[in-house]
Amino acid sequence: MNIVVCVKYVPDAQSDRSFRDSDRTVDRDGVDGLLSELDEYAVEEALKIVEAAGEGEVTVLTVGPEAAANAIKKALQMGADRGVHVEDEAIHGSDAAATSLVLAEAVRKATGGTPELVMTGMSSTDGVMGVVPAMLAERLGLPQVTYASELTVGEGTVTIRRDGDTASETIEASLPALVSVTDQINEPRYPSFKGIMAAKKKPVEQWGLADLGIDTSQVGLDAAWTSVVSVTKRPPRAQGQIVADEGDGGSRLAEFLAGQKFI
Amino acid sequence: MAEVLVLVDHADGRLRKATAELLTLARRLGEPSAVHVGPGAEKAQVTLAKYGAHKVYVVDDADTAAYLVAPQAEILAALVEKVAPAAVLVPSNAAGKEIAARLSIKTGSGLITDAVDVRAGDDGIETTQSVFAGSYSVTSTVTAGTPIVAVKPNSAPIEASPAAGVIETVTVPISDTAKAARVTDSRPKQATGRPELTEAAIVVSGGRGTGGDFGPVEAFADSLGAAVGASRAAVDAGWYPHSSQVGQTGKQVSPQLYVAVGISGAIQHRAGMQTSKTIVAVNKDEEAPIFELVDFGVVGDLFSVLPQATEDVKKRKG
Repeated sequence: MNIVVCVKYVPDAQSDRSFRDSDRTVDRDGVDGLLSELDEYAVEEALKIVEAAGEGEVTVLTVGPEAAANAIKKALQMGADRGVHVEDEAIHGSDAAATSLVLAEAVRKATGGTPELVMTGMSSTDGVMGVVPAMLAERLGLPQVTYASELTVGEGTVTIRRDGDTASETIEASLPALVSVTDQINEPRYPSFKGIMAAKKKPVEQWGLADLGIDTSQVGLDAAWTSVVSVTKRPPRAQGQIVADEGDGGSRLAEFLAGQKFI
Repeated sequence: MAEVLVLVDHADGRLRKATAELLTLARRLGEPSAVHVGPGAEKAQVTLAKYGAHKVYVVDDADTAAYLVAPQAEILAALVEKVAPAAVLVPSNAAGKEIAARLSIKTGSGLITDAVDVRAGDDGIETTQSVFAGSYSVTSTVTAGTPIVAVKPNSAPIEASPAAGVIETVTVPISDTAKAARVTDSRPKQATGRPELTEAAIVVSGGRGTGGDFGPVEAFADSLGAAVGASRAAVDAGWYPHSSQVGQTGKQVSPQLYVAVGISGAIQHRAGMQTSKTIVAVNKDEEAPIFELVDFGVVGDLFSVLPQATEDVKKRKG
């Protein structure tokens, strides 16, 4: 089975994330980036499927600036077979809808128009909308099974377990399909020395919008279906009262809650 | 006045709290019409009308019940076409966002998720989101199609405003593609008797500091009528189910009161609770970053502080 895993290069959540003053988009220059942690689970799961089947190929696909090549590199080091990097100046500032358009065309091109299984993480760790998987499935005309915490590929079907708020569900979809996975599904491997060396020889294709037949007017900040009017940094929360427990910590806590009318 | 479509969040007609919040917010933008997919609309009608639904569009056939989100997106798309609403509001949970995502592509409409406020602005509908673990507040508008807004639970106080709530049965043909994913088995979780995590007014969460003993956390939560949450560390250790995880890779909650117990307050956790109105923490380590956020903190051993607080709360409640 051939699998395309869509990954994102994101600002490190541990760093001081902010917005660019000029166009109110996320500042990706001033901070360290990395392969979105949640996408590692999708890469790992794809590798496991191909390894178990003993055949097939894992393609890792990203849309992003030059530095996003690092996200592909990490996935190749883990064991993915090839990379596709869609990079185009015009893509900067694209919203989720435009991003899903670029991903959809890239998935089509990478699979000769017939994807078997497309995988993603549950959401990015920067935008965290979690809507790109569903948008991508809609554009590709695929069923989507999302938030998988277990996954089995059968004859022409994919079955997942999803742990919801009120029930644990088994969901089945016919292939081709799009699956998003949670951080509960596996433990992503660390690249081995061998993997790191091997990754250097793996093919990474560079595509621009023209290669995908997408007009620049369909993407970017100006084509976005939503517009950011303002971005305001919240003042840090004023630190409240902190008491050391001297045998009465619980009572003082209850007193605070009563004072705030929570009791 | 233009209609505003509100997707009803329910389990067999038993409404979840988000629905009343969405109807309350929808009244700021136009005339709310509830969209009820699946069985139980008659039961829900009274409540939907109470919170301002002028109409209740009902789609109830076998095709919608067994399948996932795709049929609901097709139903909303058909209604958007039919009534040209001023906006579509959905709950900002996993299913709501996926339905909204498909609807956005189908109708070429702008989508805003995780909104904590929505209002009528000078240039159309305006929303507020809280991003980067609550460190920024972003105001946005929708510039294409019909605005679709996914609103986080607990974003607005519920207010009743009785309207007619006239049921209108709608038939929408569902495509085969939309039926390609279906639920084959569903095992209900054991009911805890506690409120649902994202809906609760009070949440008490436990972390690594519990050492796996959630007893004191649960007892304190129960004294306050609160939901119980857990940090990623506690979930990864297998102490509490993933569905209770608060944080970036779990639930985002914004209750009136959030109590973090034995939780250091890493960015991953803050992303899920920083918009809570009042924050309280109990932690042994006075250097724990969670104390930077709190309105009230106790530096101490949770195994003595919580039981005492629980007793005191019970006494005060009589």
